[in-house]
Amino acid sequence: MTAEQIIFYIATGFILVSALMVVTTRNLIHAALWLVATLFGVAVVYATLDASFLAVVQVVVYIGAIAIMFIFAVMLTKRNLLDHVPQTNSNWPWAAGIAALTGAGLLYTASQLSTFGAQRPALSGDALMNLGKALVSPDAFVLPFEVASILLLAALIGAVYLAKK
Amino acid sequence: MENPWIYIGLFVLIGVIIPIVPLAASAILAPHKPNPIKQSTYECGMETVGDNWVQFKSQYYIFALAFLIFDVETVFLFPWALALNVTPLFVAAEGVIFILILLAGLYFVWQKRMLEWV
Amino acid sequence: MNFWTDPIHVIYQGLMQTFTGWGMAAEVAGILINLLGIVLMITAIMVLDIFLVWIERKVVARFQDRLGPNRVGPWGIFQPFPDIIKLVLKEDITPAGADKWVFNLAPILSLASVIFLWAVVPLASRIYGVDLNVALLYLVASGSIGTLSIIMAGWSSNNKYALVGAYRMVANMVSYEIPLAASLLIPTILSGSMSLTNIVNQQAHGVWFFFVSPLGALLFLVAAIAELGRSPFDLNEGESEIVAGFHIEYTGMKFGLFYAGELLHAFTFGGFVAALFFGGWHGPWAEEYPLLGAFYFVAKAMLGYWIIMWIKYTVPRIRIDHMLAFNWKFLTPLAFALLIVTALTHRFLMDFPTWVYVPGMFLSNVLVAWATLEILRGNARRERLAAEAH
Repeated sequence: MTAEQIIFYIATGFILVSALMVVTTRNLIHAALWLVATLFGVAVVYATLDASFLAVVQVVVYIGAIAIMFIFAVMLTKRNLLDHVPQTNSNWPWAAGIAALTGAGLLYTASQLSTFGAQRPALSGDALMNLGKALVSPDAFVLPFEVASILLLAALIGAVYLAKK
Repeated sequence: MENPWIYIGLFVLIGVIIPIVPLAASAILAPHKPNPIKQSTYECGMETVGDNWVQFKSQYYIFALAFLIFDVETVFLFPWALALNVTPLFVAAEGVIFILILLAGLYFVWQKRMLEWV
Repeated sequence: MNFWTDPIHVIYQGLMQTFTGWGMAAEVAGILINLLGIVLMITAIMVLDIFLVWIERKVVARFQDRLGPNRVGPWGIFQPFPDIIKLVLKEDITPAGADKWVFNLAPILSLASVIFLWAVVPLASRIYGVDLNVALLYLVASGSIGTLSIIMAGWSSNNKYALVGAYRMVANMVSYEIPLAASLLIPTILSGSMSLTNIVNQQAHGVWFFFVSPLGALLFLVAAIAELGRSPFDLNEGESEIVAGFHIEYTGMKFGLFYAGELLHAFTFGGFVAALFFGGWHGPWAEEYPLLGAFYFVAKAMLGYWIIMWIKYTVPRIRIDHMLAFNWKFLTPLAFALLIVTALTHRFLMDFPTWVYVPGMFLSNVLVAWATLEILRGNARRERLAAEAH
């Protein structure tokens, strides 16, 4: 087992445990903090894959912005509501069954892929520069790049609309 | 080293461990004699009323939302800024259009008076 | 190649020979040496941090026409050590109703988030932790962890003052992260790289980015001070209203960690101003003798730190609505306008010789500054006329 694999197993184990904590803890702020741990674990997995840009963006956007927003949103709720409502309802065995089935299906599909278990090919050239060029060159992703800004604008307007309500 | 993140990982690990050292020293050396008065919430001598889960201004949430959108925008701009030097001139214009669309968004939010702290 | 021209490499080779001589595998020895280097570097930073306490107290004393610490050692230079002994020996009070785990984790994360930054800072031409190709975003990412530690501290203390302080601080930090990131984009455009090592190298072989983008440097400094939560943006600890803000319930060494984190953060941002806009380690003979370069870098970082202190002890605190308005209605539009102008001018002038490029870029910055001042003046006049008409 290489060092990379060891780190991968530790990171994924950490992700799974903290993801479980997110859904099982009663305190909403604790759940948000466990979510931060989960997202950090995902950033570690990106880093082991040499995806530097994705790793830091994961931390900047998900921990720096979305987790903070979650905590703000939780603080807008009323506390006494949270402590008395049961965490599960009578349908939980169904949900667990469907989740297990979906997981098994995904695992099976992945194992059928030709690249399953294959060694990760080494990156050629400067991955970051390639990303930059691909985002702006007309024969690659310039349209999605510009559409992304329209999407962000729409999100902003949506946020304003919701806040005005 | 092949992957710089191994170094960063070690750095993060030790960077977390080193601040624990003085805390551990303090836990061993410092006295520990708690009593209810000492442990009560510090509010300058006044009795604490209610718990601290108070509802906050929704304004904080609005600013967090606006921040999220502009944060994602700057993340998109970093690859563009990298590629600027090695690509043709119109590429600069693409990024400028991207920024202008979002500045229009900022102007809209401004005009809707959502940036006011009321 | 000898010790004076490439100290790290010489030490690395020496240790490698020793360790492999003991029968250690080369890979294990490599990681062990790196680990030793990291421990050494972080320890050095912490020692520097201890002396920053003395520097800060001495400088604020001068600004306020006092003497400052002057009893322990010459000029009171050993004053921080009694301070630390006192902090360690103080009883550590955890308030009733505090969330123990989160409460204890917050000060550790607060200091650690600053220490992380030193992994990517180039101290000299051949002395740096690691050449990370996304170092600038790494800076923003570590700031995110700092923000998180503050909200953790404020929430877990079970104190309303702490929570209000944390909320204000987080609103402040996230808002000013936008102009901070936008001003980080300017060195990225100028150097075509996000690696700090590359950015400093480009300045060492060309012009300091301060002369190419003075307005960008100013924007970065303002956004950095806001990110630090220092005066005039220190409304998270308005003594007259919320006592000490988010760390009100912290005592002893845990408070000490917050304090150390704040000082080190200020110094680190001084270092980033130096590395991004003032050539980092660049100076006479710094290329040949890296230790001299490290000295230049620390000197420049200290200068940046001194400017941050100067502002802190000169200007009064601003109100939260003014702070947010200043960010969203002034700094953010200005940062993006400057970004547009810098990108277009840089791309257009890029192939011209230096004597055209640098004045051209400088002039574009002056133009943006002038236009901003004109718009501000126009707005002020309109407001004044409206007030007179009433």
